[in-house]
Formats: sequence, C-alpha cells, structure tokens
Amino acid sequence: MTSVPVTQSSAAAAASETDGPFLQVEDLMVTFPTEDGPVTAVQGLSYSVEKGKTLGIVGESGSGKSVSSMAVMGLHDAKSAKISGSIRVGGTEVVGLSESRMRGLRGNSMAMIFQDALAALHPFYKIGAQLEEAYLVHHSSASKRDARRKAIEMLDRVGIPQPDRRVDDFPHQFSGGMRQRAMIAMGLINDPSLLIADEPTTALDVTVQAQILDLLQDLQREFNSAVIIITHDLGVIAEMADDVLVMYAGRCVEFGTTKEILTTPEMPYTWGLLSSVPDVSSSTDARLIPIPGNPPSLLRPPSGCSFHPRCVHSTKVPGDLCTTQLPELLPASSGTAHLKRCHLADPVAVYQTEVLPEIAPELLEETR
Amino acid sequence: MFAYVVKRLISGVLVVTLVSMGIFLLFWFGPSSPAQPICDRETSNRCGDRIEIYEETLGYNNPVYEEYGKFVQGVFVGRTLTIASSEYECPAPCLGVSYRTKQPVKEELVSRMPATFSVAIGGAFLYLLFGVPIGVAAARRRGTVADKALVSSFLFISSIPYYLFALLTWLYLTITFEVPLFSDTGYFSIGENGPFKWFSGLFLAWVALGIFGCTQYTRFTRGAMVEALSEDYIRTAKAKGLPARKIVYKHGLRAALVPVVTIFGIDFGTLLAGTIFTERIFEIQGIGWWALEAVQGKDLPVVMATALFSAVVLIISNLLVDVVYSVLDPRVRLS
Repeated sequence: MTSVPVTQSSAAAAASETDGPFLQVEDLMVTFPTEDGPVTAVQGLSYSVEKGKTLGIVGESGSGKSVSSMAVMGLHDAKSAKISGSIRVGGTEVVGLSESRMRGLRGNSMAMIFQDALAALHPFYKIGAQLEEAYLVHHSSASKRDARRKAIEMLDRVGIPQPDRRVDDFPHQFSGGMRQRAMIAMGLINDPSLLIADEPTTALDVTVQAQILDLLQDLQREFNSAVIIITHDLGVIAEMADDVLVMYAGRCVEFGTTKEILTTPEMPYTWGLLSSVPDVSSSTDARLIPIPGNPPSLLRPPSGCSFHPRCVHSTKVPGDLCTTQLPELLPASSGTAHLKRCHLADPVAVYQTEVLPEIAPELLEETR
Repeated sequence: MFAYVVKRLISGVLVVTLVSMGIFLLFWFGPSSPAQPICDRETSNRCGDRIEIYEETLGYNNPVYEEYGKFVQGVFVGRTLTIASSEYECPAPCLGVSYRTKQPVKEELVSRMPATFSVAIGGAFLYLLFGVPIGVAAARRRGTVADKALVSSFLFISSIPYYLFALLTWLYLTITFEVPLFSDTGYFSIGENGPFKWFSGLFLAWVALGIFGCTQYTRFTRGAMVEALSEDYIRTAKAKGLPARKIVYKHGLRAALVPVVTIFGIDFGTLLAGTIFTERIFEIQGIGWWALEAVQGKDLPVVMATALFSAVVLIISNLLVDVVYSVLDPRVRLS
C-alpha cells in the first residue's frame, strides 16, 4: 500500500495518473449523533483499492460496510453524520471537500450501484431518461441526443435486448435482473474509475446473480476500474474479489487476499462466516453452524474485542484480555498482506484442529 | 383509457340517478308536506285547507314514481308546471321551478356558478401557491426548530373549525379593524362592476380559504415529501452527482405530488359544488348559500338541483383525479 502525496486540488490531476491505489481510506471514522448518544458506525478503518482490482467487504448488517462506502461517495448528510480520517479518491481528499466539488466526483469518477434496483430507480422516469440524466450532469456540453445515444449504448453493453426500444421503458416494465443491469449501466455511463457495488445481487435469484457478477467482471476488465463489492455472501467474494476486508461492529477484523481469507482465516468471526455458508456437496443432513448471539449494539459496544461475547474461542486466550483490551490489527501468521484483529496466540492451529473438521473435513485431508 | 372513462361516466350517470331518487323520496315521505311552505307564503300564513290545492297541483297526490317520471321527462324535454292557479314554463333541461322565486331552477344555478367558481378557484390557487412550497421547505428542514414550530402552529390553525375560523376572519378584518380592502365582501361580477370590485369583494373569502387550506396542504405536502426524500431513488439521484435542487424537485417533489394531487382533486370538486360556510359568512351569492336557503325554506326543486349539481361535480372530479393519477404515475394503468 503505497501512499499518495496529497496537496489537494493542484495535485489531484497528477496524482490520478500515478500508479498508487485509486482509492485510499485511512483511519476512517463515521459517527451518527442520536438522542441516546453518538453511534460510531465505522472506526479506524483503512484500506485501499487499485484500478483493475476488486475489494470485497464482508460483514453482517450493521457492521459498517455500507456506511463506510457511503462515506467514500459523500452520501451521508453532513448534519447527521460526523466523518473523520482520510479518504482519497484519485488523489483528491474527499473528507471535508465542498459539496459542489464532491458533486463533480460523484457519478463521474466514482459511482455506486445499490441493491434492490426497483427501489433505487425512480419509478416515474423512463430508464433512458434516468441514464441520460446521469450522463448529462457530468457532460454539460453534450446534447440530449448524445446522451440518448450513450444511454442506448450502455444498455446494449450490459446486455439489455433491443436497447433502442427498452430505453423508453419504465423501471417496473423491466425484470429484476434487467433493472440491476440498467442500474449498472447508469453507474458506468461516465466511465468511473471506482465502482462501489452495494450488495448488487441480493434481491436477485441465483441464476441472475451469476449473470450480474459475470457482467461486473467483464465490465471491470473493459473499464479497468477499481471495484468495491459489499456483500454478506462469501460465494460472491470467492468469485469476484482480489482482496477481502471483513468488518465487525464498525472495525476491520481481518484483511487479506481472497485466497488467504478463504483458506487460512485467522479470526474467529471469519471462521463463523465460513461455517455458516451452505455447501452443495455436503449431505442434506449436514447442519449449518450459525454464529451464536446477535450483532452488538453500536450505541454501547462490548468492551475489549467487540466479538468476545459471541466468540467460542475466547477461553483460549489467557486472562481477561478479550474482554478488556481491543486487539490491534496486526500481521497474521500466514500470507504477506494478511492482517487480523484477534488475541489468539496460534489461530492457525485452532482453525486446523477445531474449525476445519467441522466445516470441511475433506479439506483437512488435503492439507495434511 | 377511453373505455375506462366511458365506463366511469356510465356509472356516474347511475349515481346521479340514485341521488335524485333519494332526494325525491326524502321529501315525498318526509314528516311535513313539501307544499306547506309555498302555501304559507302565498296565503300570508293562512294556508289552512288550501294546502289541498297546492298538493294537488304540485302533484303530491299522485304516485311518487309518476312524479319522478315527470321530473326526468322535464330534464330532457322541458315541461309546464302548475302551482295553484298559475302556470310556469320550464324549458329543457328543466330541474323544476323554485317554490320561492317561481323561476326555473336551472337558470339561477347557472347564474350563481361564477360566484362559487370564483371563490373555489381563488381559494384553491392561494392554498396551493403557499401550502405546497411551505410543505417542501418544511420537509427539507425536517426536525429543525423552524419545521417543528411551523407544523405545530399549522396543526393548531387547522384544528379550529373552519366556520369559526372564517367567521373570526370576517369579524376582525371587516368589522373590528375595518380594513378598507375587506370592507365590502360579496360577489360582484366583473362585467358589471369591474375587476377591482370583483377582486376586493372576494379577497377576504380567498384569504380565509387560502390560509385554512394552506395549513392542510402544507402538512400533506410535508408528509409526502418527507416520505419521498427517504426513498432509495433519492440516494441514487445523489450518487449520480445531481445538484440538491434537482434531487429535491425533480426526483422528490415529482413523487410527492401524486398523493397531493389526489387529495386536491377531491377537495377542489367539493369547493366547486358550493362552499356553504364561506359563501354565507362573506355574503357571496353562490351555490352553497343558495342550497342552505333552499333547505331552510324546504324549496324542493332547489335542494334537488344543488344536490345533483354537487354529485355531478364530484363524479367528474373523481374521474379526473383517476385520469391524472394514471398520467402522473406510469405504474398505474386504467382498466
């Protein structure tokens, strides 16, 4: 993770040309003041994504994965969210950036696609009009006809049949998969260098999910954009991501390449996520192993490691370290850029002897 | 769409027929003879046995279906009515002859329309002009002190009964403070009195209707707007990089207007059918006041005409609301 020099505006253009990561988030903290006190939805979050690479962010609802991405896009209401730390998009610091300059980036050099495209597209405007609007807002010199041509071209590119006719349809006249395709077309219409996909396949059935993921991968290769894919589906991660960031209670608890996270995870929460994935090849009697307990309240987060109330392995840590002290995000024992936030002294051994036999005994055979 | 409108118009005709039958029956089988008031008036309260003559000539001794048939016939081809010893011509469409003025009801109805329509259009214009933008502004500042103060004070105003509100407006502005512009309320036709007289006569009625309606439309608009602004598509619009103005108006207000337009359609229809309190308090000779007088004086033909008129207006405005709704919301298809 190389750091990009930041001297704001003048360096912005030059910095985007450098080879550094396109998106660099450092020590991000997002807090929402509420009547019951401040809720810290994200804290101490750092990551970076290079062009052409895909970062997967996993975690359960309320873990801060969407909140952190919305902070990158500047979609939080300044009145209701306090954001600190640093977010650099193509060399431009966006934390504290004026709304008008932020608007120039949004939808232009970075775009976001949302889950449930039926709700995320405006029900009263034609698909074409919504795409044209996204194009025209960043191409003020373009004519309405250019925008329409571009909209049809994008719909064609994302695999909508007869795009020159479907461009005049309303969102409700599209199927679920087509709506998500249109949403992707809208996100990519200005060739963004960063695309954030927030659970892009959640509302879709499985065959359509696969098509959408394939499409995203194709488009990424074509546009060479940096992609963040937010999901709670490890299957999506396995297919799409180069790196994986596991979030729990607003913090990064494990980071590594997809291979490292899926084969040698070192944090009990990640083990829990892996254990709760159904396996097609296992017998139909096999039970899924859920993570016990509920996600923690962000209003009154647990002391020490946020995961300790639900962690079955905390007894292996000497003393009351887990309940009193927040573990640092430190290099893991395997892998190069692999980081984990856990007090366990020898997580690899625990994983091999206790977790793996439960979830994938056949893998255990191979590794021996 | 065309088939739908035709279908709705047919059912509308059915409703109007039922309304007319209902009113006919109410008077026919009511506790006192409908001929009594007219008899009293024409005989200087010495009606006595002469009620027989009036009942006979007005047809109250015939079977009700026969008289209703004559009424319907009159609507299409006109008729000649006899009251006691005099005859009255009533050309089609005949809604009867007023028992008080002995004039064909239809002519008076038409002559009173401009007053009622002036009140309705001016009042509705004012409350939309202020209510919708204030509602949008409040929704954008949701939760702030300004929003809370506005919402609670508007809620207070709209909790006052309208007749009391209108009466107080008139009492204070016209009587107590003698504001010159509000000194002579009433309807003065533009043709005879010029636009200023017309305007100043109606202005206080508009203000009363406007302020009262504004409080309601502010709340409707605010509610619809708050809901619209929390929708996912607003976040999408923001993520596109659209300026706030476009997000609020093009994406937010466009969606929020649908429920507001629906309520307005029905509301405006009710206003066009005659505003009893407004017309009575501000002395505007419109359909509402006329209906009130007719009920008090048991003037059956006028009651019938005003009730039918409001039924027709409401049916048409309901139909228009549905058609407009399908235009505003592409997801709605009329069938």
